[in-house]
Parts: sequence; structure tokens; C-alpha cells
Amino acid sequence: MAKIIVHQDKIKDREATIKVCPFDALEFESNDELILNAACKMCKICVKRLPDIFEYVEDVAPSVNKDEWRGVTVYIDHIEGDIHPVSFELIGKARKMADKIGHPVHCLLMGSNISEIAEQVLHYGADEVFVYDKPQLHDFRIEPYTAVFEDYINKNKPTIVLVGGTTVGRSLAPRIAARFRTGLTADCTTLDVQENTDLDQIRPAFGGNIMAHIHTPNHRPQFATVRYKIFDAPERTKEKSGKLTLCDIVDEKLDSKIKVIEIKKKEKVKSIEDADVIVVAGRAFKKEDDLKMVYDLADELGAMVATTRPLIEAGWMDARLQIGLSGRTVKPKLIITCGVSGAIQFVAGMNNSDMIISINEDPKAQIFDVAHYAIVGNIYEIIPDLVAQIKEMKKEQ
Amino acid sequence: MNITVCIKQVPGTAEVEIDEKTGVLIRDGIDSKMNPYDLYAIETAVRLKEDKQAEISVITMGPPQAEAVIKEAYMMGADKGCLLTDRKFAGADVLATAYALSQGITQMGKYDLIICGKMTTDGDTAQVGPEIAEYLNIPHVANVRKIHKICDKSVIVEMNMAESVEIQEVLLPCLITVEKDICQPRLPSFKLKMKTSDRPVRRITFNDLDDKNVMHYGLNGSPTQVLKIFPPPANTTNEKWEGRGDELSKKLADKLHELKYI
Ligand SMILES: Cc1cc2nc3c(=O)[nH]c(=O)nc-3n(C[C@H](O)[C@H](O)[C@H](O)COP(=O)(O)OP(=O)(O)OC[C@H]3O[C@@H](n4cnc5c(N)ncnc54)[C@H](O)[C@@H]3O)c2cc1C
Ligand SMILES: Nc1ncnc2c1ncn2[C@@H]1O[C@H](COP(=O)(O)O)[C@@H](O)[C@H]1O
Repeated sequence: MAKIIVHQDKIKDREATIKVCPFDALEFESNDELILNAACKMCKICVKRLPDIFEYVEDVAPSVNKDEWRGVTVYIDHIEGDIHPVSFELIGKARKMADKIGHPVHCLLMGSNISEIAEQVLHYGADEVFVYDKPQLHDFRIEPYTAVFEDYINKNKPTIVLVGGTTVGRSLAPRIAARFRTGLTADCTTLDVQENTDLDQIRPAFGGNIMAHIHTPNHRPQFATVRYKIFDAPERTKEKSGKLTLCDIVDEKLDSKIKVIEIKKKEKVKSIEDADVIVVAGRAFKKEDDLKMVYDLADELGAMVATTRPLIEAGWMDARLQIGLSGRTVKPKLIITCGVSGAIQFVAGMNNSDMIISINEDPKAQIFDVAHYAIVGNIYEIIPDLVAQIKEMKKEQ
Repeated sequence: MNITVCIKQVPGTAEVEIDEKTGVLIRDGIDSKMNPYDLYAIETAVRLKEDKQAEISVITMGPPQAEAVIKEAYMMGADKGCLLTDRKFAGADVLATAYALSQGITQMGKYDLIICGKMTTDGDTAQVGPEIAEYLNIPHVANVRKIHKICDKSVIVEMNMAESVEIQEVLLPCLITVEKDICQPRLPSFKLKMKTSDRPVRRITFNDLDDKNVMHYGLNGSPTQVLKIFPPPANTTNEKWEGRGDELSKKLADKLHELKYI
């Protein structure tokens, strides 16, 4: 296994040596020995900066026979008869990776009375869909779902498993990854596979301020979760392809210490994740009434209105309309930000949008780093006028 | 009942940057704070204690200075605290972190309910909680937004799903991760600060744990490895428009028309 060795005799400036670590993971023990403490994240920055003192050594790795693990598996997430669209996006990604290494794309579907859902999956290009249809799986409960997942992995030995970053996925994936004592990388934004089946995973860390490239070289399966709207879903094909395989599991494995008492519907609001066009109001709006101009603009464009955190905190908008790290991730065809500075926590939730237009009076606003069209100007001048112009154009059409 | 809360010390600011050339992280200042999501976990525990006899233990894995978050938890009403610290834990990914924590929790004694924050602001994976539950072989419920009732042998919680909420009764012992909606955390109290100023923090190191196989901890026990870190890519194809307001709105209207939105 890899480790970092400290060459104690090479240390000249103690203070400076300690400072090289951004995580405060270096400290001197009472016997003056410099050690790496539990804060170490193995980022190897110390090795890069002070190669004389810090050496990275890799011993023999525990061997896993990578040839025994085949196929890219996608967990199919569904609620009440609807497949979560992130599952299709993952099938698309799985296909690309599987083709590269000559492996099949498999889907894992579990639930109760799900034959219709299973048929749906066959329109997206998977090679085989494994279906566990049991009454005990009607509602999501962690132990039976993990047990089925375990059963599937033991029987099929996939090299890569992709799970959507939904409520269920984010609860299930870590549980099953821990059961197999293997790695899981959350919220990946880029995925690729190498010829030796190692998965390259890139994810934002530190609230999106940095990107980390992660791999799982000595363990299988390799688990990754991906949020909705990071990848593109393949077109639904008219014809079905691939085959359905019904699987069974003994009832004892589906025991649970959890009883579902009730499922309450939340009032259904169209979510910003599903919108093709979004207009975002930022803190530039001085009072709540001023928001009327974005609603007008959104009306004209058939868009949904979303916002940044300060406006949620002000109580001007519903928290479900917040974009960003602590809000929703969106990937619309068009997003127009109005008076948004472009803090990284916000940008992390929208920078995958197809087209970004930003209005901000500050020519140095950070949002302009991600905008395709950066409009330096005042929202109070531009938006009302824009709405009037659009109305005018529509009349002429 | 015994409640254990998992808390973590994180960098005080998310404003970290990375030097494009050297790949080095630049952090303004070195201040640290309690992971904000863990404040909700502590608050949840303290409210349960106010409602029902309970003893609250908090645990954190981190460097020696992470003791500060334990002290802060004392000021909110936690009774006991434990710092899991050892150089052998260095370089831990989610799996190794969860494993060490599960070993540490076992050392602390009996637990009925374990509460974790929804996620951390530095790792932000939201995975450590469910993985701890797996190692302890107990059920877990993530995204809990409300606790309906604590019974003798179970707890009734409300799990937040995208379009619905699922009310589940879970047998104890179990682990939950709580959302921000669950409650408003109190501020650390001055009175408790005085009262707990000399309350000790128990240190647990590698040698105290049941499993003494070094291959299960820190970097050795981490299946994932960070190959490199780098700044997020900037968009290079950008066009800047400047001018009078009415010129800009005209230009924008034309552009939206060209893009077929009008
Ligand atoms: C852990 C953490 C998580 C977070 N998560 C999120 C998140 O999920 N989502 C989120 O949005 N934020 C999040 N934040 C907050 C984030 O850091 C920013 O504070 C927030 O995004 C700023 O919102 P804003 O751009 O609307 O406001 P400001 O930053 O105040 O920007 C307003 C902008 O409007 C411009 N402006 C002002 N007046 C006008 C005018 N008349 N015409 C044109 N332009 C004008 C200004 O130049 C400025 O750039 C998070 C923060 C932390 C610490
Ligand atoms: N080092 C740690 N020590 C104690 N608890 C932790 C640690 N890391 C994570 N946790 C707990 O796990 C939750 C989720 O963390 P994460 O998976 O890093 O997003 C946090 O809110 C904490 O409750």
C-alpha cells in the first residue's frame, strides 16, 4: 500500500515544513519527529512541494483479479412507476464506457410489481436488465434493498456500478460499497474508463472550489454516484433491445428492522431540475416586489424562476428554487442569471447548463467566468426593457 | 437511552483556491469550525434528551486540535466526548473513516441511536453515516427531516424523498442522518461553557481499538485514491457585451430570437 515517508534529517525550517500542508496534517511529536496525523488526506501536496523531505512510496497492492469483474451496471431508481431520469443518463454513460472496454451494460431493478417499469428500461440500449420483483421491496427500506444489491453483485460481478445521486441512491450506494469493502466516489461530474477497467472519477470537493481526480485501483466493484443532469440521456429508441432476466432471492434475506408506516405525498411542484429554461434572480433585487420583472421575463420565455441562497434566506422564495451546492443542480438548455455574483457554491449547481447568459453590472463578476454571454449592465434597466422588446417581437410574428 | 453524535471539524471557510501551476491549495487563514450540518445533529440529540432521559456522547475523528468541536458540543449540551486520533488514521477515505468511527463508537460503550449530519462541507459526500451503519450492522435512515416519536425499542422518523416523505419505524439501535429542516441549532451556552470547561475529552487511539490490523485504517484501508486535485475548468468561449441599457436589452432580445426562444 502507498504511504508517505518523512525524511526527518532533511528538515531545515520546521515552521515552513509544517505550513506546506493545507490540511494541518503535519505536526511534530514530543520527540521532535515530524508525523502525518489523522487530518492527512493523501493529496500529496507535501511530496510535490518538498520532495526532499516527503517521499511517496507504493508497496505491493492487494491484488484483485480485474478480469473476474465484468460489465458496467446501472442501478435503476424509480418511484411509484416512474423511472428517475438520472437512471437513463447513467445508461448512456455506461454504454460509452462499456463499449470502450468491450463489456456489457447491465441494469439492476428492484421493487414490487415492476414488470412495466422493466419494459421501459429496454428502450435505452442496455444489454440486460436484472429484475428482482418481490412484495418486500415495495417501499425503500435499507436492509432488503442492500441484500438484493449484494445478491446481484455476487452473481454478476460488475467492474463498475453507477448509482444516481437521489435520496435512495445516496443512502443505498454507501451501504453496499461498505459491504464489499470497496470504494465509492460521490457526485462525480466526469467519468471515464481505462483499458484495464480502472474508473477515472472526477468530482468537486471543498464546495466545488477544487476538483479531485479519484480512482479505485485495487478494489472491485468500483462505485460512483452521479447527480441528475450531469450526463446526457440517450434518445429513447422505438424498438426494445436487450433482455430481461428475472432474479429471485430467499425471503430470509429480505428481513428488515424497519416498518414503513406511511408515505405522504409532498405537494407536487414542478422542480427546477426539469426546466429547459431558467431565469435566476440574485441579490441585486432590492425588494421583493422587484421580482415581478423576472416573473414577467420567465413568462415570456416559458421559463422557471430560480434563485440564489440570499433570497431564500430573506424568505422571498421557496427553498426548492435554490440552485447550488446546498440547493439543486440544474442543467437547462438556457439559463439567464440576473444580478448573481457567481459564488462557487452557486456555480457548482449550474455550470453544466448548455447556454449561460449573465447580467451583472460589475464587469469583474465571477459569474462571467462561466457565462457564454456576459452582459455588463443594470438589471433594472435591462430586464423591463427586454420584456417589452420580446412582447413587441411576438406581436410582429 | 444512549445517543451518539458524529461530528467533524472542517475548514472555517469554503473559499479555498488552488494554484493552477503548482496544484497547491491556498486557504485563507487556518481557522476551523464545526461542520455546520453537524450542529443539527447535536441539536436533535439535545432535544431528545430534553424530552426523554438520555446521555449524549459525541465522537470525532481528526487531528488533536479537533478536540475544539467536542468542547463546542459540550456547550450545546453533550455529556461525553471522544476524540479518535492516531497517525495510523491518516489518509482515510470514506470507507476507512467510517470503519475507524465504527470501531471508536464501539469503544465508547452502549448506543441506542447514532446521529450524523447530512454531509460535511469539505468532503461533502454524505456517505460516512450509512457506511458506519453498515459496519455496525444496524439499520439506518438517511435524510431524516423529523423525529415523530422515540419509543422504548424504536424510533419513528420521517425520511425526506424527492416528491414524498416516508414515515418509518426503525428498531433501535439504529443510525440516522439528519437534514437541516429538522430543527434550528442553539448557540453554545456561556453557562455550559463555564460548567464544562474542565470536562475531559477521552482520546482513543489505534491501540485502544478492537481491530488492530493496520491495513484497515487510514490510507491502507482506503480503496479510493486521489490522483490529483486541480482548479475547476473555466469557460473560455465567452463574449462580453457592454453599452447602454437599452442597447443591451435589444441585443439580448435579438440573441434570444436567434436561439429560438422568442
Ligand atoms: C457551504 C455553503 C453553501 C452554499 N450554498 C449555496 C447554494 O447552494 N446556492 C447559492 O446560491 N449560494 C450558496 N451559498 C452562498 C454563496 O456563497 C453566495 O453567498 C450566494 O450565492 C450569493 O448570491 P448572489 O449572487 O445572489 O448575491 P451577491 O453575491 O450579493 O451578488 C449580487 C450581484 O449582483 C450584482 N448587482 C447588484 N446590483 C445590480 C444591478 N442593479 N444590476 C446588475 N447587477 C447588480 C452585484 O455586482 C453582485 O455581483 C453557499 C455558501 C456556503 C458557505
Ligand atoms: N472525521 C469524522 N469524524 C466524525 N464524524 C464524521 C467524520 N466525517 C464524517 N462524519 C459524520 O458523517 C457525516 C457525513 O459526512 P460526509 O460523508 O463526509 O459528508 C457528517 O455530517 C458527520 O456526522
